[in-house]
Order: sequence, then C-alpha cells, then structure tokens
Amino acid sequence: MAGVGVPTWDPETAALIGTILLEAAVLYVGYGGLERLLGPTLMNVLVGGETDAR
Amino acid sequence: MLDSGLGILNTSPELIALFVGFGLVVGVLFGFFGMGGSFLVTPALLMLDYPATVAVGSGMAFVFGTAVIATLKHHDLGQVDYKLGLIMIIGTTLGIETGRMTVYYLQSVGLAGGIISVAYVLLLGGVGLMVTRDALNSEGGGIDHEAADKDLSEYEIPDVAKKIQRTVRIPPMVSLRGDVRVSLWVITTVAFLTGLLSGFLGVGGGFIRMPAMIYAIGVPVPVAVGTDLFEIVFSGGIGSYLYGQGGGVDLGIVVPLLFGSALGARIGSAATAVVDADGIKVYFGGMLLVGAIAVGVGEVGSYLGNQSIELLGLVLVIGAAVVVAAAILYTSVKSLRMTHRQQASASD
Repeated sequence: MAGVGVPTWDPETAALIGTILLEAAVLYVGYGGLERLLGPTLMNVLVGGETDAR
Repeated sequence: MLDSGLGILNTSPELIALFVGFGLVVGVLFGFFGMGGSFLVTPALLMLDYPATVAVGSGMAFVFGTAVIATLKHHDLGQVDYKLGLIMIIGTTLGIETGRMTVYYLQSVGLAGGIISVAYVLLLGGVGLMVTRDALNSEGGGIDHEAADKDLSEYEIPDVAKKIQRTVRIPPMVSLRGDVRVSLWVITTVAFLTGLLSGFLGVGGGFIRMPAMIYAIGVPVPVAVGTDLFEIVFSGGIGSYLYGQGGGVDLGIVVPLLFGSALGARIGSAATAVVDADGIKVYFGGMLLVGAIAVGVGEVGSYLGNQSIELLGLVLVIGAAVVVAAAILYTSVKSLRMTHRQQASASD
C-alpha cells in the first residue's frame, strides 16, 4: 500500500461500468412500465383470491 | 479485464439463477429497509470461493447499479441535495481508494479473505445488535418511513448535530438544504470514513453514512436518504471503475444480481406502504446477526478446509435473507387482504 493511486482512463473498464449503468437505466424504465401494466392485475389476483375463497 | 467483462457468458445457468434469486431477496430488503442491500452479497461471494478482489469489486458494482435505480426514484421525489453529494465525493473517493489498496495489499500477502470476513462478522454483528436493540425499544432501524415522508420544514435537527454545528466551526462553512450550516471538514471526514468502509468491504456504506449525515451533519432524514443514494452512485461508480481496472468486476455476477434486485426493490418499496415496519425490523436485526454467525462459520470451514461447514455458512447467510424477505411479502399480502376485507364489510 504505497499510496493513493489516481484512476487512469481505460476504455474497457469504462465500457464495463457503462454496461452496468445501462442495465440499471433499462431495468428502471422496464420494471416501471411492467408495474404500470401488470400492477393492477397482480393486486386483483393477490387480494381477489381471498375474496373468492370466502 | 475483458474476461471479467464477458463474465456473463462464462457463468453457468444454475449460478445465474442463484444470483437472480438472491438479487430479488436482497432487493426486497433494500427497498423495504433502505439499507442492507449489499451487506450479504460480498460475504456470499467469498463463501462461493470468489477471490476477495472479485467479491468486493462485484459487490461494489452491484451497489452502484442499485443506487442508480434508487436515485432516479428519489430525484423524482425532490429528496437529493446535489451540493452536499458533490462536496462529499472527494472525501469518499480518497476513502475508497485507501480501502481498495488495503484489500489489494492484504490479498498480496494472502490475508484478504480472512480479514474481510472478520470485519464483516464485527460489522454485521455490531449493526445487527444495534438494529435489534432499537427495534425492541420500538425505535426501529433503517429508514423511518414516517420521518422520510415528512416535509422538510417539519424536520427538527438532532441535538448532537446542533452541538457539532456550534462547536466545529472550522472554515469554510457550507449552507445545505433544510437550513443547515456546517463546516466543510465535518462533511469531508464523514465522507472519507464511509468511503474507506465502502472500498474495504464493497458495501454502499449507507447504513453508516445515512445516520452520520443525520446526526453529524444535521441533514433532514428524507434528504439524507436521497443524498446518500446519490453519493453511492458516485462512490460505487468510482470504486467499481478502480476494481474493474484490476479485473475485480465480474458481469456474470453483477448483471443477474441487478436483474433480480431491481424487481425486488420495487416490491420492497411498495410493501412499505402497507406494512408496519417496526414489527419486522427485529427480524432484520436477527438476520444481520445470523449473517455474522454465517460468515464466521464459513471462515472456520475455509480455515479447516471443510467444504460442508463452508456450505452451511452460505446456506445460513442466504437462508436468513430469504426468511426476512418472505416475512415482508407474507405480511404485505396479509395486510392487503385484511384491508380489502374491511372495505368490503364497510360497503356491505
């Protein structure tokens, strides 16, 4: 541990981190859309199942 | 680096399924409690026999991705103090780099896995005890959901933060959101120490940084939550880059974990609206304590060269997380059905 290093530019590592950033953004938008699309149906299944059972 | 970049292609389907499932569980916990997203990932990777640098680096990259998603949400709610976040970056970066170099040094002398595991036992045990004690005293741990929903003008600065603001007046002084005026050096110290923890253990550090922002700097709870996540985007991004340069980030681990955790975080976050968190926080504290024991058991197994004991540690750490996440989901569905029944009875 000689000392604190300074990050140097490395395109491959930048692409690696960019991939994670891109995945995060896609998941945020994708799951958000799925929630709006399937959320009400899923809630009906979860809550309505009990109603039917009664 | 390229090998690790293409890691997802080299990961077996069973391992990908395990990471997606584990990510889902970790995401539920993170979405519900606002912390604990990363505590369990690095120890689990260590127990799966990944090198310490890959376990810490991939854990940090996972934290980075999770924080990006959570910050986007908190940005929409206006709960991010960008000025404070940007000020903290220098201290955090220095802390991360110091922590990272310590890990590489320890790895070069063959001590990294053991020392990081011991640090995790102490950290998980300490935080677990604190959360359990607070939960039993009805104060709870993690984010106080009611406080997090308060308006900034209703927030009262804790006495300890007021005292620090009065006594530590080393210039330059900085004005922050919520009528807070504090020395730049207090902010930098908090940032460095939490960065050190992040760099050494591959965690976001939110469970230390968030209380530190609230009690040392005096930031309102909702802003502390949002700014902490914003800060993790940078600290996690920089840390992941530094680890990535040394081949420490494996996409075969990070991509499936994030895929599961992004969904889990939405479920956990939605559950906060229907479940009283106080009843579950005690289980969260218990889960951290079991996690501490599991890491200890795994390390003993590794020391003795006994794979069965190592496997027991892994099962314990994953099992504890699964039990608490299942408790959150079960309580949420039960609570939703009860509300629905009451509404149906009222309309009859």
